[in-house]
Amino acid sequence: MPAFTPPPLPSEDKRWKIVNGTMRKNGFARHALIEALHTVQSSFGYLDDDSIRFVALSLRVPLSQAYGVATFYHYFTLKPPGKHTCTICAGTACYIKGADKLIAAAEKRLGIKQGQTTPDGEISLMTARCVGACSRAPVVLYDGQVRGEMTGEQMLRQLEGWASQ
Amino acid sequence: MTIEELEQIAKTARQEREKYDFEVNVCMDLACASQGAGELKDALVKAAEASGKKVCVRRTGCMGPCSHGPLVRVDPEETLYHHVKQADAAAIVGHLGNQPVAPLQCDLHEHFDKQVRVVLENAGYIDPEKIEDYIARDGYKALLTVLMEMTPGGVVHRVTESGLRGRGGGGYPTGLKWSTVAKAKGDLKYVVCNGDEGDPGAFMDRSVMEGDPHRVIEGMAIAAYAVGASKGFIYVRAEYPVAVSRLTTALREARRHGLLGNNISNTPFNFDVEIRLGAGAFVCGEETALIASIEGKRGTPKPRPPYPASSGLWGKPTLINNVETYANIAPIVRNGGKWFFNMGSERSKGTKVFALTGKIANTGLVEVPMGIKLREIIEVIGGGVPEGHKFKAVQTGGPSGGCIPEEMLDIGVSYDALLKMGSIMGSGGMIVMDDTSCMVNVARFFIEFCMTESCGKCIPCRAGTAQMYTLLTRISTGTGTMDDLAMLEELCATVKETSLCGLGQTAPNPVLSTLKYFRNEYLEHILHKRCRAGVCTMEGIGTELANEVTA
Repeated sequence: MPAFTPPPLPSEDKRWKIVNGTMRKNGFARHALIEALHTVQSSFGYLDDDSIRFVALSLRVPLSQAYGVATFYHYFTLKPPGKHTCTICAGTACYIKGADKLIAAAEKRLGIKQGQTTPDGEISLMTARCVGACSRAPVVLYDGQVRGEMTGEQMLRQLEGWASQ
Repeated sequence: MTIEELEQIAKTARQEREKYDFEVNVCMDLACASQGAGELKDALVKAAEASGKKVCVRRTGCMGPCSHGPLVRVDPEETLYHHVKQADAAAIVGHLGNQPVAPLQCDLHEHFDKQVRVVLENAGYIDPEKIEDYIARDGYKALLTVLMEMTPGGVVHRVTESGLRGRGGGGYPTGLKWSTVAKAKGDLKYVVCNGDEGDPGAFMDRSVMEGDPHRVIEGMAIAAYAVGASKGFIYVRAEYPVAVSRLTTALREARRHGLLGNNISNTPFNFDVEIRLGAGAFVCGEETALIASIEGKRGTPKPRPPYPASSGLWGKPTLINNVETYANIAPIVRNGGKWFFNMGSERSKGTKVFALTGKIANTGLVEVPMGIKLREIIEVIGGGVPEGHKFKAVQTGGPSGGCIPEEMLDIGVSYDALLKMGSIMGSGGMIVMDDTSCMVNVARFFIEFCMTESCGKCIPCRAGTAQMYTLLTRISTGTGTMDDLAMLEELCATVKETSLCGLGQTAPNPVLSTLKYFRNEYLEHILHKRCRAGVCTMEGIGTELANEVTA
């Protein structure tokens, strides 16, 4: 049987080399699927058909399995994120301290539902299943930066700040 | 690395510390970091340089009382400062050697006096990225002692003797698990650390992995020696980037010092660890689902038996323990099984770390001996419910646990007592609720969680949680009937009895426990269309939701 040759990179984009690097480090083993998808998401911001197909071919994993994994885990997103991301923690401690009110306020202000991005592609509104900063609940992450004991006003101010940029 | 070399590193590290007159420790855990602990540390370094005093400024892991953050502790006096701002740096450094800065001083004697620190013994005292700091506090001594002086059977015996039970929630005797894997046939075995802390409202494992990563690695290495494994995996949530980076650094340092790799300490023992990232699935805390995830597949559980101890990762015998379980191993080996056995209650030994959150004055991490009364944790250590509100319930065990009412608070914390109360120990989340929380809504919150986190493999969990959610939604929107309540109770029993894995089997717990202790609130919602906490708005009355068929 001829040795397996991985497929060519989809384009000149240097980020594919990073993705390929992760897979090579794992010897193109099938169990590196989740690791490879993590690298795609951290490099490109989301997973699309091309990237899932490329990873599946490289690791000799059936497309159905790769797509299954990509959609099974909440951390992976198939939609490109907005320029800024506001992530409201919806863990139990945050819920007890009123995270649902924060979510409602943000949805009202941005005119979108959680998990969506504003039509201009500026702000994505996400929720998280606990980021582990429960002692400072309720917690909101602005572009990944954790801010605790958030009030609705503080959060709206931040959203206004992004919108006026 | 030999024991002599290890002692030399510890000695050098201690001598290095003696060069300084003062140590200023800054808590840089997530909660403090989110309030500017990073800038604070830079300011303290600058102030220390300008002062000409011999001061060592160190970043540390979680010190505990997060609601008082950012926290700074000055040694050797052990003065704890709270709510420290960047502008306070000069004053703190200026007062070194004199009276402490009174307005910043934090008096939490009662909070600390009730605690016993085993797992968190280094938290707040070491720089998590410096292996020397860990070694200076007896780190890796247990591993080398085990390799030099103990047989694998002896290690299993010591862990069994300690009475340690799994800290992930189930409470399975750790020694028994180890001996099963040790007896399993096969040349290749794996050791897995479950760091997929999916329980929302719990962050003990994150703090241990971030604040004292070597402790976890040492525990895993000792476990590997005991069961005859040569390869380990730490499965960490992707939501914990700092933990991943600290563990990566720690693994690199341990390899560099010959504490991982081939022929550790010139013995035939080989062991190395790889990190695997989770991707946000609560079900992956279940061991067979976790194994599937490490293998790069969807995290769906498998029926047991076969248990992972005989057929786990890639079909090989696999030992899976939680982060906190591994963190207990090195102290047990160092101090002996009896030492550990003498702490705690009759059938739950040692200590337990809890993440105390919600409506409570002192939120944060606490470590208490098993058997301590819940009331002591909440009222003395936690400082009680603030702002004049009244305590209503404490939730333990996350979505698999239950809500415990005021009248049960005098019961001591142990695996069995919590189970008897309709809750579970869980991984250690403890969320306090006051009179502003509606228990029907809380139950609905958890069922919504379980519904979205159900992997979909077995029908009772997949369909049952969805139906339970619909019923609870009807009750909390004012359209529920007594028939709905009866059906809810019936469904709880079905889902509990017939689900495949722990997620489904425990999913009804929040509903069952609130029905048991707060049935009145359900009845008020159904019969009087009233929510005493004012959370449920009863917006469903008169809408089509009232007519929706659920069964």
